[in-house]
This record gives sequence, C-alpha cells and structure tokens, in this order.
Amino acid sequence: MFRFVLRHFNLYVLTLLVLCIFSFWLAYLFPGDPLVNLTGLTLNDPADYQAMAQKYHMDSGILVQFWHYLVLLWDGDWGFSFSSGLPLYQEIFDSLPATVELSTYALLLSLLIGIPLGFLAGLRHHRTTDNALLAASVVGYSTPVFWLALLMILLFSLQLGWFPLSGRISLLFDVPHDTGFILVDIWLSDMPNKGAAMINAVQHMVMPVLSITIVTTAIVLRLTRRAVVEVMPKEYVQAAYARGLSKHQVILRHVVRNAMLPILPLLAMQSTILLTNAMIVEVIYSWPGIGNWLIQAIYQRDYPAIRAGMLAVSTLVVSLTIFIDLLARIIDPTRERGARAKI
Amino acid sequence: MTFSASGNRCGGLPGLALLLLLAGCMGNPDDLPDGVVYCSEGNPNGFNPQLDASGTTSDASSHQIYDRLMDFDPQSGRVVPALASSWLVSEDGLTYTFQLRKGVAFHQTPYFTPTRSFNADDVLFSINRWRQADHPYHNVSGGTYPYFTSLGLNNIITDVRRVNGYRVELTLSRPDSSFLANLATDFSVILSAEYANQLAQQGEKSRLDTFPIGTGPFKFVDYKKDRFIRYAKHPEYWRHDRAPQNLIYDITTSSSLRVAKLMTGECDAMALPAHSELPTIEQREYLVLDEKPGLNVGFWAFNTARPPFDNPKVRQALALAIDKNTLLEAVYFGSAVNAKSLLPPSSWAYQEGLTDTSYNPVLARRLLEENGIEPGFSMNIWAMPVERAYNPNARKMAELIQGYLRQVGIEANIVSYEWSTFRQRLKQGLHDSVLIGWSADNGDPDNFYRPLLSCNAINSGTNRAMWCSQQYDALINDALQHTDPDQRRAIYWQANALLKQEMPLVPLAHAFRYQAYHRSLQGLVINPFGAIRFGEVEKD
Repeated sequence: MFRFVLRHFNLYVLTLLVLCIFSFWLAYLFPGDPLVNLTGLTLNDPADYQAMAQKYHMDSGILVQFWHYLVLLWDGDWGFSFSSGLPLYQEIFDSLPATVELSTYALLLSLLIGIPLGFLAGLRHHRTTDNALLAASVVGYSTPVFWLALLMILLFSLQLGWFPLSGRISLLFDVPHDTGFILVDIWLSDMPNKGAAMINAVQHMVMPVLSITIVTTAIVLRLTRRAVVEVMPKEYVQAAYARGLSKHQVILRHVVRNAMLPILPLLAMQSTILLTNAMIVEVIYSWPGIGNWLIQAIYQRDYPAIRAGMLAVSTLVVSLTIFIDLLARIIDPTRERGARAKI
Repeated sequence: MTFSASGNRCGGLPGLALLLLLAGCMGNPDDLPDGVVYCSEGNPNGFNPQLDASGTTSDASSHQIYDRLMDFDPQSGRVVPALASSWLVSEDGLTYTFQLRKGVAFHQTPYFTPTRSFNADDVLFSINRWRQADHPYHNVSGGTYPYFTSLGLNNIITDVRRVNGYRVELTLSRPDSSFLANLATDFSVILSAEYANQLAQQGEKSRLDTFPIGTGPFKFVDYKKDRFIRYAKHPEYWRHDRAPQNLIYDITTSSSLRVAKLMTGECDAMALPAHSELPTIEQREYLVLDEKPGLNVGFWAFNTARPPFDNPKVRQALALAIDKNTLLEAVYFGSAVNAKSLLPPSSWAYQEGLTDTSYNPVLARRLLEENGIEPGFSMNIWAMPVERAYNPNARKMAELIQGYLRQVGIEANIVSYEWSTFRQRLKQGLHDSVLIGWSADNGDPDNFYRPLLSCNAINSGTNRAMWCSQQYDALINDALQHTDPDQRRAIYWQANALLKQEMPLVPLAHAFRYQAYHRSLQGLVINPFGAIRFGEVEKD
C-alpha cells in the first residue's frame, strides 16, 4: 500500500512540475518582456525594473529563474493582473469558489436524480422503462451544454420570465465576500434581508445548475445502470433470492452496496467534465467564476492572468483526478489498475 | 476534492433540490432593496473624468459622484448654476469671478470623513491639478488631462485666485467665448482638497482617482472590474433628498445581453442599445425608448503621420472609394444622418450647403495610381471594439469598407483590441486608419474642431488623424476671439473648406442618441452634452 501511495505522490509531483514549467515557459512565449509577463507590472522606472529583475533573478540562468519562480508561486506571490492591477492570487481565489459552488450543487443534484433513475433502469433491464431512460440519457449526454444553456435562457428568462439570466444574485444585495460560496456567505452575513437574498440567490442558481445537471445526470444514470446490470446476475444475488429474501430485501442489502462500491469513484472521475461544463456555463450566465474570469483574461490579453489561471485550473483538475484515483484504490484494492468508467 | 468537500457541505443543504425547483415560483420582486440597476457597457478608467475623455468613465463618475461649477440644462443647452451660485465676466472677457455655494457637503465614506464643507480651496485644487504641470497632484494617475490639453485650457488660464472662502477669480490670457461652456462639461469636476491633502500625507495619492470623494448625489462604495460598480445615496446631497438609496452599474459588454437583462428586469436602464435591437425594445410596453438627435460625429480617420496617408490626394482617393449611404443604412439602420462636416445639423454653426464626397471608385483608383499606390497595397483599419452612439458597429463597418477598398485594389486588414488597449495603442499612432468618433461635451462648435484635429490634441490623444496644420489651428483660435455668432460661423466654414481639401478624416454619420429603460423609472433624461445622470431618477 505504501508503494502505491508513493507512486501516486510521485505522479502528482511530476505532473505539477510539468505544469509549472509550462506556465513559466508561457511568460517567454507570450509577446512582450518575460519579466512584465511574470509580474504583471508595467515597469517604467528603471529602478523598479531592476528591483523586480532581481526578485525574479532574471540575470541568472533559466534554471535559477525557474527555481525562484517556484518559490514565489509557493509563497502565493503570483504577480498582478494587467487589466485590474490586483494580485492574481487574490483574484483567482475570489472566483474559484464560485465555480466550485456551481459544480458542487450540480453534482449533488445529478446524484440525487441520476442514481435512483439508474437503479430503476438497471433493475428493469431491457424493458420499456430501461429503454426510455436510456434514450433520455443519450439525449441528455449528447446535448452541448452551451446550447442547452442558451435555450433555457430563451425559454425560462425571456419568454416566461421565471428566472434571471445572469450573475449569482441581484446586485442590489451587497453580500460581503467571506467564503466565496454565496449561500454560505449570505447565511454568515448580518444582512437585514437574509431570506430575500437567499431566495434571490437560489433563483439565480437554478438555470446554471440545471444546465450542468442535465448532462451530468445522464452520465450518472448510465454508470449506475451499468453497475446494477453487472451485479444482478452475480451468484450472491441469486443465492439471496434462494434464501427466500424478498426482492426489496435483496436490492437493499446486496445490490445497492455492491453496485455503488465500484461506481462512486467512477462518478467522481467525471469531475473533470463537470468542471469544464461549469466553466462554459459560467460564461453564458455571467457567473463570476474562474471560467468567466479566464475568458475575460484571454480577451483582454492579460498574459499574467492567463498564465496563473491556467496553472490554478489545471492544478485543481490534476489534484482532483489523482486524489480520487488514489481514494478509489484504497477503498477497493481489487479494482484493476487504470479501470475507467464505461457508460 | 469537489466530491469529498460536497460530502461535508451537503449536511446544510438537504432540501436544495426541492428549493431549486420551488424557487421559480417563490420570488417576490418587492423584497429587493431599493435602488436602480443600470447596465453599462464597459469598465471605466478610474473615477476621475479629468483624466479620461471616454464616455464610459464620465458616465460612471461625472454626474453621479461629482458636481461642477456650472451645469448644462439638458433641455435648453444653457449654462446654469451648480456649485457656483452666480458668476461675473469682466468687460474685456478676461476675468471670471465665481460666487460659490455654501454648505455643500462632501461624501462621508469608510475611507474619508470630511471636516468641512465645499469652499474655494476645492475649486483651486481641482483646476490647478490639470492646469499646473508642477502641481503635486499633476502627475498622479498618469498625469494626462485629455479634455483640457486638447482644448489648450491649461494655457488659456493664467491665474486662479482665491478672493475669499466662497469667491474665486479666474484670469484668462485671451478672451474665449467657449470658456464657461468648458467649465460646465463632464470633465470639469470639483474634487475635495481636504481628501487630497489627507492622501498626500498617507503617501497614497493615486487613491484620489480610484476611491473618489465628491459632492454628487451618490458616493462610491465598491468596484469590481468586468462586474459592477456600487454607489450609495449621499444623504446630505445639496440639491435634494430624493435620489435612490442604491445605484448599481452592472457592467455588461454585450449589447444583446444588456437588452435581455432589461427585458427580464435585471436592469432598470441600459446603455447604448444597438440599432438592430431598437424594434425589440419598442415592441414591449413596459419599456421606454427615448430618442434625441445627438451631438456627435462618427468618422474614419487616417493616420497622417504615416506614409502614404500623409498625402492628401491618397486620403481623398480613399474617401471617394467608399459609399457612405450604404454604410449608413447597414450600420445605423436609418437612425443617423449623413455627416458632411464635423458638426451635426443641430449645431448653430452647421453649414447647410456643404457638398458631400461622392462615391466614385473609378476616380479613386485613378487618384491612387497617380500617387503611386499600386494594386495589392495593404493597409489596416482599426475598428473600435465597443458600441458608441456615433458608431454602433465599427467592426461591421470595417468589413464593408474592406469590401469597397478591395474594389479599388487595396487589401485592408481589420484590427481590434480590448477598449483600453485599443485607445492606448491608438494614442501611440500604431494605426493606418481608424473607425471611431466623438461625442461633444458641450454645444459649442469649438468642442468638435479643437479636440478632433488641432495640433495640441495629438498629445492628448483625441486627434486620431495625428494631423497638425498651423493654418487650421490659426482659424479655430481666431474663431474664439469673436463673440458674434455670424463672424464665428464664417471662420468655421473656412475651416470646413480646408478640411475638405486635406481630408484628414472622412466624416460618416451623426447618430441619434437612444436610451432605454423601464417604465417604472421616472426622471431619466437624455443628456445631449455627455454623461448620464441618475441623481434625479425615481423608481416606482
């Protein structure tokens, strides 16, 4: 087991190193002075320039530069944004929670809907219910998320006027930034109209969350269905029936546990798709998350922001993937190495 | 991480799914805090309009945060008292004496608490900051004052003197018939000298322009780039007490998204509806669309500092190569009039009988060949990335012009950047030609002729043609010496003839100004002289 954890740890460190090298290299690839691309400061004063060049060890060899770049990254000194002039570390950690929040609610909702439906389909394998659910999931799975989001805006915002189409909350509510999770922030704040703010925030959340949920639910449903179908013909299920347990008891005691065990890590593996979808949806619903922030940075040619944003997002994705993979192997050591979801 | 974190957090959200489904029916708009949300079109460059001539910056600060010595009456265009309750002009037109209003309170915010009300020191500070190059605040936040330097105001004023606490005397080097109007523009705002002193002691001078203090109806609360600007009511505003409690600028760069937000009620008013979207707004009964002929001009300027555009013949050829009427229809959808000169028809100095450049590609081609421009010559057209009343879709216009230029054997590339980058590079003169325009800040003709094409305006970054002519400068300077409108008009007409010959820019259109808002909003008046005003607005 120790060797196993060590191997994952090595993989993690190496991947992060490659990402750091790439982000460092970007500063040289982007047009302009690499020092300006690293710091995000326009250094007109020669004295300032010298000081910064010294801080980043620009006159030393490339390896020394890279080492000091790593040290600064570790210290949270990620440079400044060209366009806002604010520290990138702060900007990124202001917008990242919004994305995580959106993805979390979407994932929860997909699990709540997808797992029961998946069981239903799996238990009624090759019957009408199964086919209908399977067909619906194909539609959900193959719908492009940006198109779905636009369609929902057209229908629910512009035609029916049920939901607002942009942002996290009406800007008239001044929610103090604390954790970055809007519902938690409202809860913790001492605003006079907490209830109204909460309802308003939830209203803003419905459409973005649903847009992501529809796609993710389809994946969850198909994964669950596949697992149930695989568990049902197993000997221990047949044995349970033979012992005289009712269908209800068999499902609860044997099928649920045995089907869930292998699929939970696989479900969590979908977090990459989830995050990607969340970033697309953010742009459409003007959700102030990292996806929206990165798009703005690219549009404004904010090179330091693109560099740091890319590093932050890919680090998050790599961490998630490796952590979950490790967790999956610890929970279920019998699982084959490199097993991936079949949907 | 998402997964495990959600596992911990979901304890507090068991009914989330249900809540999500119900929320649609539960919303009650009455629960929203009192305030007005305005969907604006972009990020301001700071909160001091002295430093920036862009409409976005003055929209965000001029009439919300600040006051001026005088204002324009939006109906009549006349100069009316504001912070100066009255003024006196000497016989020779060289000395202006202003009597200041008493008991006008500055904003009290978490970052500044005023100990005194507005007085002569604030006027002295505000004017001297842009006037005197050795003023301690002159070089703060970039130190460029495009409006004042493009008009040469820093050279006209020779002295600003404090007579007593509430009386200020300004002396000019020569009479200027547009002087009062210049002090009433969006840019001539009054800052707090006390706040500036406090910041100087703390060594944080640049905060003066990013955390502003003024006497206007709203005080600054918060600004998040690309997202919002938040203002709160100034409870001791000197004019009245009926301003909305909150004012929010919801920064939305896409015009279709602004219209969508206006329709869903997320915004109460919106900036610059695109001309193609006007019918959508008109169809809806709960929305109001106001229209007024605008004091603006959209044009195509050539960088006369770069060959071959330094040759007037080449510029004339290019002007002949485009069909202005088609451009007008395709881009403005009939909501603009053809521009023959810099001045719109509503100006008193407008020249009725001026002939327009006609569309003549054959002649254009011949002129180009005579001046050594071979077929296959390549140039760039810079199209501004934002919508403005004077040019609602520069990109589309650039594409059309590209087509016309191809017919005369010129390959045009369209260039665009994010707005602040765009203007920065434009100021450096990196363009061949640019599609941009100008909205006047006051009704005076000088406000078109001087900032757009005078030599001084090259440095201040409003002369997009980089064109400098001593003859032209002499003409427009001469015009200001006369107070008789007929004499001034005659001089401006001479300038028109000169421009026709030199063609540093091709005037394209004078657009109508539109403003869209919810019917529940009362008192939002189109200000033909620049920035939007929310102080007088009331929401039912």
